[in-house]
Amino acid sequence: MTTLVKLDHVTRRFGDITALDDVSLEIGSGRIVGLLGPNGAGKTTLLSLVQGLRRASSGTVELFGGNPADPRNRMHLGSTPQETALPPTLRVGEVIDFVGAHFENAMSRDALAEEFGLTELLRRQTGALSGGQKRRLSVALAFVGRPRLVLLDEPTTGLDVDARRALWAAVRRQQDAGATVVVTSHYLEEIEALAERVIVIGEGRVIVDDDLTTVLSQVGLRLLRFTTPAPDAVRALTGVVDSRPEHDGSCTFFVQDADVAVAELVRSDIPFSGLTVRGATLEEAFLTLIADSPKQNDAATAGVSTRGI
Amino acid sequence: MSTVTLALTHTKYSLLETMRVPIAVIGSVAFPAFALLLFVVPQRAVADNAEFATQAVISLSVFAVLSNSLFNFGLNISEAREKPWDPYLRTLPVTGMARVLGYIFSIGLIGIASLIPVVVIGGLLTEANAPLWRVLAGVLALAVASIPFMLIGICIGFSMSSKAAIAVVQVVMFGFAFAGGLFLPPMLFAPWLNTLSTFFPSRQARELVIWVVQGGELAPWVWIGILAWTAVMLVLALFLFRRDEGRRFN
Repeated sequence: MTTLVKLDHVTRRFGDITALDDVSLEIGSGRIVGLLGPNGAGKTTLLSLVQGLRRASSGTVELFGGNPADPRNRMHLGSTPQETALPPTLRVGEVIDFVGAHFENAMSRDALAEEFGLTELLRRQTGALSGGQKRRLSVALAFVGRPRLVLLDEPTTGLDVDARRALWAAVRRQQDAGATVVVTSHYLEEIEALAERVIVIGEGRVIVDDDLTTVLSQVGLRLLRFTTPAPDAVRALTGVVDSRPEHDGSCTFFVQDADVAVAELVRSDIPFSGLTVRGATLEEAFLTLIADSPKQNDAATAGVSTRGI
Repeated sequence: MSTVTLALTHTKYSLLETMRVPIAVIGSVAFPAFALLLFVVPQRAVADNAEFATQAVISLSVFAVLSNSLFNFGLNISEAREKPWDPYLRTLPVTGMARVLGYIFSIGLIGIASLIPVVVIGGLLTEANAPLWRVLAGVLALAVASIPFMLIGICIGFSMSSKAAIAVVQVVMFGFAFAGGLFLPPMLFAPWLNTLSTFFPSRQARELVIWVVQGGELAPWVWIGILAWTAVMLVLALFLFRRDEGRRFN
């Protein structure tokens, strides 16, 4: 394993807003890394630092051991444009050739088109593509230079299920061929399908940096909602992570395991009525993690979440 | 990839994009030629006089370069700032220099193309004439004199949205063309207007190219003016470029 990206106590401010707050992490070759976090958490800022688009306010960012602002250090980096960015009058094949011309060892347009299902579209102007086709082309462009590191920012936003699965399969094949992939998403499903290591970012800090299964158990919270005269007693039960009052007088409790929590609830003789159970959305899971984050930060300074893979 | 190779690659695809919407090129190529056909050729007092006709052709050549520089730099840059394709290109292994050269090559080529119909119509339908080497030297002088126009276009592009840029480019273009004696020869100007005119880069460009093509004397205000406009606009362009980097990322 070699270190591809290294962030060392990186802070990035935009005026009064701190987008990244003292982030340290390493990304090594090999596994697909999922970068999760709610909107505004700092995911895109983190990627733009690695791409050399922005500079850190303090701390250092290294890409392949050098400064990402130097174009030579970006020779083995692949990124995706937003799908709305593609120059509408250029043909698909021309866009591939244009981007490929920047790399020493670029894939041929035919091989890339074959890999991402673009062969039929090579003669089309990008302005005539559907949203899903543009997305596929954007993701394909990240791989044209045979990169060692690929950054995919929300690669399948707006795609239907089939298109999303096909794109994931293509990304996994590229990873098998030797590319390390960092993917941001706010779909838990996407991260589950692709990533082996997951970094959760919230409010500019690394909250969790762990294996997929470990993170899933942390964000895979269940929500119990019911009316009870004794919410404080429920909060004291084991396995209850968080709670919030609802406007109809009932209360929602975040729990690790719904079965265990309900059994506990019944056993403790706390009166309740109108019980419903559902899974937490990713956003709700994040909010819980972020609320918990001070202790995670202590862990980070102790070096737990700053290890490479 | 060397800077020059990549600059040529960027030139190629930039021209390709422009050619796909040919009406954009026809505008800057055809307008000066039409102006020559409609306003100079029918006026036989000018068209049949070798000196006046040559000056009229030169004036409209300066106009062609002026409008091409303002429109292409002003609009290309202001549009690129609004589109996410530009930040994507900056993630590729390409230097800023290669991208700037790509802009200059592609816009310069269209500028040279816009001169051809003016020179051909002038040569065939009027008495305008000059030895070939002077014509070529004139094109070179035009290239030098167009630097302030390019920089003004860059400043417009970095300081406003593309909608505002369209309006401002038109006002600047026609204002500079009239004030610089590109539509009406300065010999028809009132003395105060003539004095005012000498401060415009369009007038300075016209006089520089006339001097190169027809000979005679070059007034010092011509080259002093071109240098001054270049210096001031370069400083402003660099300032706006840096400010834009800061603002775009906020």
